[in-house]
Amino acid sequence: MSAGIVSYGGYVPRYRIAPKDIGAVWGVDGEAMGKGLNIRAKSVPGPDEDVITMSVEAARNALRKAPGIDPKDIGAIYVGSESHPYAVKPTATIVAEAIEAAPILTAADYEFACKAGTAAIQTTMGLTLSDMYRYGMAVGADTSQSAPGDALEYSASAGAAAFVIGKDPMIASINHTVSYTTDTPDFWRREGQAYPSHGGRFTGEPAYFKHVLSCANLLFKRAGTRPDDYDFAVFHQPNGKFPVRAGKQLGFNDKQMDTGLLVREIGNTYSGAIMVGLCAILDIAKAGQRIFAVGYGSGAGSDGFDITVTDGIDALDRKAGRTMRQMVEDVKFIDYAIYAKFRKKIRMREG
Amino acid sequence: MRGVSVIGVGETQFGELWDKSFRDLGIEAGLKAIQDAKIAAENVDALYVGNMSAGKFIDQEHVAALVADYAGLADQHLPTVRVEGGGACGAIAIHQAAMSIASGVYDIVVVGGAEKMTDVGDVEAMQILSSTTDQEWESVFGATFAGLHAMMARRHMFEHGTTREQLAAVAVKNHRHGAMNPSAQFQKEITADMVLQAPRVAEPLGLFDCAPLSDGAAALVLCAKEKARKFTDTPIDLVGTGHASDFIAVHDRRDLTTIDATVIAGKRALHAARKTPHDVKVAEVHDNFTISEIMAIEDLRFVPKGKGGFATEDGETALNARISVNTSGGLKARGYPVGATGVAQAVEIVRQLRGEAGKRQVSGAELGLTHTLGGTGGTAVVHLYARGD
Repeated sequence: MSAGIVSYGGYVPRYRIAPKDIGAVWGVDGEAMGKGLNIRAKSVPGPDEDVITMSVEAARNALRKAPGIDPKDIGAIYVGSESHPYAVKPTATIVAEAIEAAPILTAADYEFACKAGTAAIQTTMGLTLSDMYRYGMAVGADTSQSAPGDALEYSASAGAAAFVIGKDPMIASINHTVSYTTDTPDFWRREGQAYPSHGGRFTGEPAYFKHVLSCANLLFKRAGTRPDDYDFAVFHQPNGKFPVRAGKQLGFNDKQMDTGLLVREIGNTYSGAIMVGLCAILDIAKAGQRIFAVGYGSGAGSDGFDITVTDGIDALDRKAGRTMRQMVEDVKFIDYAIYAKFRKKIRMREG
Repeated sequence: MRGVSVIGVGETQFGELWDKSFRDLGIEAGLKAIQDAKIAAENVDALYVGNMSAGKFIDQEHVAALVADYAGLADQHLPTVRVEGGGACGAIAIHQAAMSIASGVYDIVVVGGAEKMTDVGDVEAMQILSSTTDQEWESVFGATFAGLHAMMARRHMFEHGTTREQLAAVAVKNHRHGAMNPSAQFQKEITADMVLQAPRVAEPLGLFDCAPLSDGAAALVLCAKEKARKFTDTPIDLVGTGHASDFIAVHDRRDLTTIDATVIAGKRALHAARKTPHDVKVAEVHDNFTISEIMAIEDLRFVPKGKGGFATEDGETALNARISVNTSGGLKARGYPVGATGVAQAVEIVRQLRGEAGKRQVSGAELGLTHTLGGTGGTAVVHLYARGD
């Protein structure tokens, strides 16, 4: 395969809430909850932020790093999310207009729980490899929902990442990609429901771990690699516990996983999760370094990527705009009352 | 009445068995027991199945015929019976099956116990479990299973000086035993600190004071004693049985720190076997909460009233100590698939008496006891088993 990442850009809102402050409202030891999840804070979208604005931020950050990319060469934009602001009317068209890629392009919104963004990477890879167009843009973004008081409320956060995929000039080649998909109902939200339901402990072993580990082992086999062939490893990160356990089980160490493990500081950004982790890695990766990435989406499936950073990374203006680390560290903590206001949980008027 | 012996035992792995259904579990345990007994399908006269709430857990009633069917026994047209009695249903099924043999109606009966609890979410599972308490006078007012046991624990602490550390000692011991049981849900040792620091479920009980939600099944083949030697060289005799009920709601009971049903069932079983509590060297008791084991060993008169916590803390109930309690890991570590429990306890005692318990073998075990509760103690069943003469 000779397609890969041409540029990338991430975005995380500045607002944070600590598990302690969430627990205080529900009579739960939030600090212990946070420790159990290995999450110190979660990002919260501002009152004017949604998946569209965050996708645009991420897309613009990607283009800022690569001024050589003519947005008109982006022939497809796919935005993966489970919190698209509209049920009918695409997010992708607004992103396309905002980055001036419209009108000669194809666009669509994707949904596959937390892995719709990586599915978009695979689609755009295929289409650029077949020369349907020069570049495709794959976005993963979420302002994830959680019912007040539910265990999810301690982790469900907001973030986005956009990847420009193409054949030339690549900053990282995607050597192999594999997927592992089954019908496993571990987490779902029906049309019209405000908050998702989940299967409690069923979301662990038979869902996350089965798919991530199966996909990872498939990827090792396909790529003919072992854990020590990689400089970095990043996994879908619904909390700070699952990806570390999965990574260790596969034979990766903390040093390989640390850079991409943003969940501890920003929570679970769902469709954005593995992609912002990948952005953080690409922010510091050197030519020749290798990255192992396996995402996960409930429902359920995993997409795996074996990535090698190319010499092209040196030509990318990685200092343009803020790095992921800068965004993760630029924080403004809010309390639950402000959180409730921002997340529109306070009913302002009838009707 | 004729004597009754156990000639075969079988059980599944216990735990969160996501890829196994209720019927898979029932069949696996049943077939293992039949193989162990070296009998053929034609030898089986009847099937008794202990099951608490398949109707709520998996939307399936009529489970006894279902298990017989899927075990390939439909063409035998066996009489099949499902027995319900809260957490004690497996133990009651053994009692009913044994009486059917003792009366001379049947010669060989398979007794199974099974529960599939993880197809529903945690909250729903708790609601289903609490349906074995008094719904109108307990659950409706918000009393949970753990909450009711927490009340018993608090009263026990108040009256007898039992400590949280002593409660923790039950969990630590049972996990240590479970670590030696390849079928156990938790085969990992824990420390007293882990128990004491765990999140509270209902003060003073924490997460590690409670038995888990589990999937699993167990089965026995019972046979008329006079015919048992035809099938095995090591028959284990059911030498005494006591089955008693009591007020189903905790607040109606005479004493919060004694389960009268256990006292009566224990006396009945020991009387039938002409034994005393001191003759019992190995016992599987109903430790759905740590406090339950402390009350059980007192109510069965292994230790004086009020001394259960102290005895546990002093190691008197550990493997090969004065009396080996819950060598399987108990409900706490082996797991608590409700309907399977009474039968799984019997499987453990039979293995101990046969000398087949491996690393957790109690040396010189001659007489073993099982104690199973329904609800918070509205039902208690005690069985005594001895090596066949």
